[in-house]
Amino acid sequence: MAKLESSFKNMVISLFGVTLIASASLGLVNDATEGPIAETEMKKQEMALAAVLPEYDHLGEVIKVLPKDAADSIEIYPAYGTDGEEIASAVKSYTYSGFSGYIEVMVGIDDEGEITGFQVLKHAETPGLGSKMDDWFGNTEKPGQNVVGRSFPDGGLSVGKDGGEVDAITAATITSRAFLDALNRAHRCLNNVWDTDSNSGATQQIDQNTSDDDLASSEQ
Amino acid sequence: MNQWKNFTKGFIKENPVFVLLLGMCPTLGTTGTAINGLGMGLATTFVLVMSNLVVSLIKNLIPDKVRIPAFIVVIATFVTIVEMVMQAYLPSLYESLGLFIPLIVVNCIVLGRAEAFASKNTITSSVIDGLGIGFGFAFALTILGSVRELLGSGKLFDIAIYPEDYGMLVFILAPGAFIALGYIIAVINRLNKKNA
Repeated sequence: MAKLESSFKNMVISLFGVTLIASASLGLVNDATEGPIAETEMKKQEMALAAVLPEYDHLGEVIKVLPKDAADSIEIYPAYGTDGEEIASAVKSYTYSGFSGYIEVMVGIDDEGEITGFQVLKHAETPGLGSKMDDWFGNTEKPGQNVVGRSFPDGGLSVGKDGGEVDAITAATITSRAFLDALNRAHRCLNNVWDTDSNSGATQQIDQNTSDDDLASSEQ
Repeated sequence: MNQWKNFTKGFIKENPVFVLLLGMCPTLGTTGTAINGLGMGLATTFVLVMSNLVVSLIKNLIPDKVRIPAFIVVIATFVTIVEMVMQAYLPSLYESLGLFIPLIVVNCIVLGRAEAFASKNTITSSVIDGLGIGFGFAFALTILGSVRELLGSGKLFDIAIYPEDYGMLVFILAPGAFIALGYIIAVINRLNKKNA
């Protein structure tokens, strides 16, 4: 077959045809993958919850808290034991002060304020340095590094360099600060919800200005 | 053309990374570990083969003046398909390759093969060319990724070879990619010279 000539009509028709077929096939693939994509996201969330919380019977309704001066809300997943007593909460917290900006952490805090577990959900820290957050702060053999089982002192957890008790990741102090900042933010928000809860009992309505949270200063 | 030669040329003689020095952005960006390099290479291979196939199929239906936009639409379609499928079934690889998957669209290897080969050759030789160049690319990325992972973190395909503390961190970071690539190209050039 001879090649089509570059006339205006031919060009319009062939480009239209190409784009039409392309969009139709993309639509089909999108239909086919939409379900599995949503499922993987859900599974990831569930696995993170199971990893940070102690054994629980069921989860309560998600509470969203918008910290003051911050654009994104923090999600709190209360977990209840078999007797309906609240045993711990998983908090999806974040910070913008990582070495490469945004870090998202899921952290479990029990009713005594102790950390029951954590999992870094999203980060873009340097591979080999800051990316070691999960291993470093979860290392049960090194009590100086491990944050699981710690409770939050006044003013929050901080690294040794800032007068705190947590050993920072070697050569990644900024990442370590940011990580602890995310944990502290989770704790502050959770405390505020608890306070409001005991005062008014209206947990679900909290969406704004309940938290005294402020963006961490990004001192180097 | 001899199809076997057509297939093997992508590995050494016309290796897109080591000899033609094309597609440097994903090459340097995604080869922090061997598995990432391999994943990126295979994703690109799929796009390359499919776009070569389609371009050689429709080459006579596309008027010359609009061939580039038409090729780009074809390539972008396959890249988007790869992205969605990967997100659905290989979420961890999708997360670590992230931004580089959509960037396959502008990878000059893919458009280069569509323009320089597939639009002038038969369907069979275009597919074989795509396979050859794609595997050559995947091979190059895996080699580079292995070298960087081994020197940087003491692992190979996530299996620890020596303690991570002795790794040279620079090889995981961007400068290490340039250094490692430079040495590998030197070795390949030496080998090619010997053969000639």
